[in-house]
Amino acid sequence: MATTIATAPEQPGSAPPSPARRGGAPERSGRLAALLLSPTFAVLALVVGYPILAALRESLYRRGQGLDEEGFVVQGDRFSGLDNYLDIFTGSGAPVFWGALWNTTFFTVTTVAIETVIGMCMALIMHRAFRGRALVRASVLVPWAIPTAVSALMWRWTFQADGVANALIGREVLWTTEGLQAKFAVIIADTWKTAPFVGLLVLAGLQLIPQDVHEAARVDGCGAWQRFWRITLPLVKPVLLVAVLFRLLDALRMFDLPFVLIGADKESVRTLSMVAFDEASNLRYGSAAAYSTVLFLYVAAIAFAFVKLLGADILGDMREAKPKRGLRARRAGKRKGVTS
Amino acid sequence: MAPLTTTMRHAIAIGSMAALVAASAVACGGDEGSSGTSDELTGRGPITLAQGKDTSGNLQKQIDDWNAQHPNEKVRLIELPEDADGQRQQMVQNAQAKSDAYTVLALDVVWTAEFAANRWITRLPENQFNLGSLLPPTVKTAQYRNRLYAVPFKTNAGLLFYRTDLLKQAGLDEPPKTWSEMTSACDKVKDEGVACYGGQFEKYEGLTVNFSEAVHSAGGVVVNDQGAPNVNTPQAKQGLDFLAQGFKSGRIPKSAITFKEEEARREFEKGGLFFLRQWPYQWALSNTKGDSKVVGKFDVAPLPGANGPGAPTLGGYNLAISSFGKNKATALDFIKFLTDEQRQRQNLLATSEAPTLASLYDDAELQKKYPYLPVLKQSLLNARPRPVVVRYGDVTKAIQENAYAALSGTKTTDQALADMQAKLTELTKQQ
Repeated sequence: MATTIATAPEQPGSAPPSPARRGGAPERSGRLAALLLSPTFAVLALVVGYPILAALRESLYRRGQGLDEEGFVVQGDRFSGLDNYLDIFTGSGAPVFWGALWNTTFFTVTTVAIETVIGMCMALIMHRAFRGRALVRASVLVPWAIPTAVSALMWRWTFQADGVANALIGREVLWTTEGLQAKFAVIIADTWKTAPFVGLLVLAGLQLIPQDVHEAARVDGCGAWQRFWRITLPLVKPVLLVAVLFRLLDALRMFDLPFVLIGADKESVRTLSMVAFDEASNLRYGSAAAYSTVLFLYVAAIAFAFVKLLGADILGDMREAKPKRGLRARRAGKRKGVTS
Repeated sequence: MAPLTTTMRHAIAIGSMAALVAASAVACGGDEGSSGTSDELTGRGPITLAQGKDTSGNLQKQIDDWNAQHPNEKVRLIELPEDADGQRQQMVQNAQAKSDAYTVLALDVVWTAEFAANRWITRLPENQFNLGSLLPPTVKTAQYRNRLYAVPFKTNAGLLFYRTDLLKQAGLDEPPKTWSEMTSACDKVKDEGVACYGGQFEKYEGLTVNFSEAVHSAGGVVVNDQGAPNVNTPQAKQGLDFLAQGFKSGRIPKSAITFKEEEARREFEKGGLFFLRQWPYQWALSNTKGDSKVVGKFDVAPLPGANGPGAPTLGGYNLAISSFGKNKATALDFIKFLTDEQRQRQNLLATSEAPTLASLYDDAELQKKYPYLPVLKQSLLNARPRPVVVRYGDVTKAIQENAYAALSGTKTTDQALADMQAKLTELTKQQ
């Protein structure tokens, strides 16, 4: 770099980094960057910005549902301020909303927790070298590749009164009726479908961990559990967190699985997206938009909290503690070796 | 670790965007000004017919016949999703956008009020159709506030499928006409593996059908002719009690709470039911050798009621003209064409879908192919429509919610009917 700077000023037309012009160059390249990016921004504004604003506006309006003398619906939207939101939180929609919010949160917490553990195990198994590993990796992806609505249909057959699930457990459980069993059915089907997704992301993370770290730990006398806890987990954590974040955002929007597997109007598995869909299909677009906005804010808040609480921590951790952790592990191993 | 932060930001951006898709999907409701459409049925030229999947291919054949006769007024078939909710959604979206993409609409009988009240379909001139030749209850499903908005195209009504072998075992010659006759017939059959009665009791549209059938068959109403709900009555209670008691006593199998049409059919074909309330489509399927163990061992009768024959609920499709379509004169002619005798006969033979024309039920040739036609006609003449209300989607949900609670035992029938009445009153009060 130094040599080019030294020779450049003599040549006219090129960009000499003279002190006077130094400030101008980044500005100009910044402008060029903005120009080059503007199509992207325009498209984003059109496909993201406009729908958000339109949905927000819609959520402040109500469609006429009254009838005139002749029995026709009085047409036209009416500005209703925050009525749609008040209805959701405290008004006639409140029982449905809080129930749906609870279901959404319950499904998110349980499914993501189970999927993370199972996905991690899958990744650890797939990471080992064994015969037929490629086949296992490919086959694990199959549930993830099946469209949710199709897999939900498959699980509905499994869970019907004379289905496979009941034949296996040897008694008649009516899985698709209201109650805890319906929640279980959804959790089982969701885990089956998305644990491989977590598994695959984590596997990618595992492959980035250099083998010599493990070897060093082994030489130092670390047990398998210690190696996993002290080396594998900290090093795979960034990828794992991204996988969990993706799953969180996905699970919070859960719609098609309970809708197809259990039914459109079952309170036990009604999620926020299902309520929004139901409102829209009954022509209450304002209320549907309000539900969607609330869901959007909920998703955004959870994603923000997740990154703030865990994300910031891992960043600091990784920057400083990466070598330390290894050292500590090695030291711990040594200590263990000495004492034993 | 800077790359990680970016990844995370991307992750958040993608996640929030996905959430927004949900938000924006409902944002396209659009504004509605005063509609500038007229009721005049004028203009000739190409039109479209929007309806669910033409599974038999017979409709396309009939359209080809029409197109051969009317080269300047060709009809194009637009196939909508197979399930009714999907069809309604597409038609509503089309109407919201005031699009002329659909000219003739095949409407489920329960949508007439909603589509008419929103001015999405055009009023039709009564004198242009020979309504007297149709089964009277089917014409009722095509009217809103005594004005004709559609033409009955296909109809349907529930029948009582019963096992002839078990009936003989019970020492009876005739199928039961009342609920008490039916239960006493069941008590005479001592077979552990056979339950008495089945229907469609899953929480979906079929439950509304079965619930209103029970209420009507006990002499009650769900929503009266003036459009006011009246379910908190002794008659309605007797109807709902019949079903709720059935579940409690085990006469209706526990698993029936998960039954839709197909689950119920499978149970009957396995030999697990003595009586089953079902649509006529099951006749041909259960008489096909293969999975069915009841081939030749069943027959159909009109549904029983509390004190006499029951009142089945009407199903079926009507043809209407979209307010936003072009060439409405052609559309009117095309509806007449599709509902004429020749076309209805063809359709019955090709698809076994019940016609709306009364005379076809007495046709010897058709009776030979479909021996249940006389029973079906008798049932259809007794049949009642589901509530004719503008906010049907909300109404049917309120019915399902409370009927389901009563059948699964989480509410008493009194409580369920009181709650249902309150909810229905709220939903229909603006009328």
